[in-house]
Amino acid sequence: MSGSASPVPMALQAEDLHVSFGNARRGSLIRAVDGVSFSVRKGEIFGVIGESGSGKSTLGRCLVGLLTPSGGGVRHGGIDPFRFSRRELNGHRRKYQIVSQDPNAAFDPRMTILQSVCEPLNIAGEGTRAERREKAFEMLDRVALSPEMANRYPHEISGGQKQRANIARALMLDPNVIVCDEVVAALDVSIQADMLNLFARLQEQFGLTYVFISHDLRVVSHISDRVAVMYFGKIVEVGPAHAVMEAPLHPYTEALRSAEPEITPAGADARSRIILQGEIPSAVSPPGGCRFHTRCPRVRDVCRIQEPQQRELLPGRHVACHFAEEMLVEQERKGLSAGRNRVQDMASATQALT
Amino acid sequence: MQQLAEATMAGQDPLLDIQNLTLSLRDEWGWVEVLNNVSLSVKPKEILGVVGESGCGKSMTALSILRLLPPRDSRLGGKIMFGGQNLVSSPESQMNRIRGRHISMIFQEPMSALDPVFTVGYQIEETLRRHFRLDRKEAAERAVEALDSVGIASPRHVATLYPMNLSGGMRQRVMIAMALVCEPRLLIADEPTTALDVTIQAQIMDLLLGLADRTGTAIMFITHNLGLVAQSCHRMVTMYAGQVVESGPVKDVIAGPRHPYTAGLLHSIPDSNRARGTLPSIAGRVPSLRHMPAGCRFGPRCTYSVKPCELSQSIENLGRREVRCNRWEELELRRIEA
Repeated sequence: MSGSASPVPMALQAEDLHVSFGNARRGSLIRAVDGVSFSVRKGEIFGVIGESGSGKSTLGRCLVGLLTPSGGGVRHGGIDPFRFSRRELNGHRRKYQIVSQDPNAAFDPRMTILQSVCEPLNIAGEGTRAERREKAFEMLDRVALSPEMANRYPHEISGGQKQRANIARALMLDPNVIVCDEVVAALDVSIQADMLNLFARLQEQFGLTYVFISHDLRVVSHISDRVAVMYFGKIVEVGPAHAVMEAPLHPYTEALRSAEPEITPAGADARSRIILQGEIPSAVSPPGGCRFHTRCPRVRDVCRIQEPQQRELLPGRHVACHFAEEMLVEQERKGLSAGRNRVQDMASATQALT
Repeated sequence: MQQLAEATMAGQDPLLDIQNLTLSLRDEWGWVEVLNNVSLSVKPKEILGVVGESGCGKSMTALSILRLLPPRDSRLGGKIMFGGQNLVSSPESQMNRIRGRHISMIFQEPMSALDPVFTVGYQIEETLRRHFRLDRKEAAERAVEALDSVGIASPRHVATLYPMNLSGGMRQRVMIAMALVCEPRLLIADEPTTALDVTIQAQIMDLLLGLADRTGTAIMFITHNLGLVAQSCHRMVTMYAGQVVESGPVKDVIAGPRHPYTAGLLHSIPDSNRARGTLPSIAGRVPSLRHMPAGCRFGPRCTYSVKPCELSQSIENLGRREVRCNRWEELELRRIEA
């Protein structure tokens, strides 16, 4: 992508990444991630949005080396982690942590929170027992869990507290990158807000790089610098979070944006809503041409035959849709009628970012 | 649409009128109070949103209305008036005539609400034959029509499928078909879209509201998604720790919440139009049922809490709105901009 000549070091890169499951000869091959490329700068928060079945979790697992790509590759700060031997990989991937959705499934019910949080260091064989415990208490403090929590068992604390402990554990090995897979989906809104604030604070304190995966547009766009929208194994749109939300250039992003109920006193009447027909098609036999054409409100003949190429429409904004240029013109017109040319505004903001 | 609905509803007798409902449940440690003096009403054709965090008693209120709680381990007090009778003291045989016929319910997880060993068509027929004199053939025909009305593409085929053959969105459509097949007067929808993707959520909400409008069914819509409430409800009720803390027309409550808890819920949602930064959150968590704070139950988490808040608070009626906060007049809670 555009970042190839950039002097800023890349923390994480995906290059034409493919991850497949199943067997092609039996006709059950599922291309969960099908040709995805992006790069994440050091210290950046990169959001990935998609519905269930879009391949976002598979992507996350592959990024930290839990799944092996079937094509293309992943680069961790310029290094290909899949070249390593198993032993080297285990040493290397400590710096690339993943936090997953369900905090209840992430803890051994027979271990106290302290034991669970210490475990990564035990496995890595780092430090004495006292040092590990000290570090665990420090990390629990960072995620705002009181020391009394350390000796409790998972069933004795709430879901929000468990998710905090989960994050503390991921921080134990001083990671460079944390992949957060639906980390706030199971939490109430008030707790969710707390957690998002925590993520933002930790990012500043540790200079972390996040890949933030969620189906919740609001959550992703709130926390991320840049976002990628995934549909059916492919990235359909990438760009600065604010710009993508303000003026989507792909019909799928536009539909997601409009499906998200807005909280204003005027409610629904304020905006015309796009309701997508149908559901994500079968993964075994993806539709030909553009994969979104079966549900797309803007579908035309060309979409059924030809797959759209991803191209850069505005600096830093890549879209894969045949009619992205048309949408850009529409957005520009909307921006003008709103009194100011927002698209130009956005373009300059993008340039500042890249 | 909203103005029209409000105008027709004004002055109408409520369809469902809950007065001072209390509920206690028994577990291995004894009795514990779950609902405390809950009063709320739903007018005919009205869509009422009930919001609050998990553990605030939203679902318990719904289950109390239909009396779906274990009779030996639960105790109901107060009144639930529906169609001239008090559901709290109605005999079980009477409840069976009401459930599914006059009041029906949709649950969050359609997979656990459907029976895995019967076809979905059969399960809809069962509801019909329970309440109407129909033979199997007629009932089967009505079931197919019901599946057709919820936008299922080939209803005759889908009627022969088992729940496991359907996607989450399809299952929820089947649940809606089943709930509305007897054209009930009240539908209780408990988090009907929480397990679904946003695009499917939009489809289901559109369908639900369209059908309710056509059949004249009132909806009690339980959710933690305030966006959905803003978009689809006429009035809303906020519950906290087993009590109603605020109620009123949705537009008014969202434009100017009067209880700090409602305001907190509204502001903790990230908004793509607002700048990035620290989200205002509500510190702490819902108190446990056995350790309810004396006085205002929200007090320990409230940023506006003062000494007198430790005294008991009663809900105050302000015409179309109600609020349970002694300080509501002096507080200046942040508003959501239009």
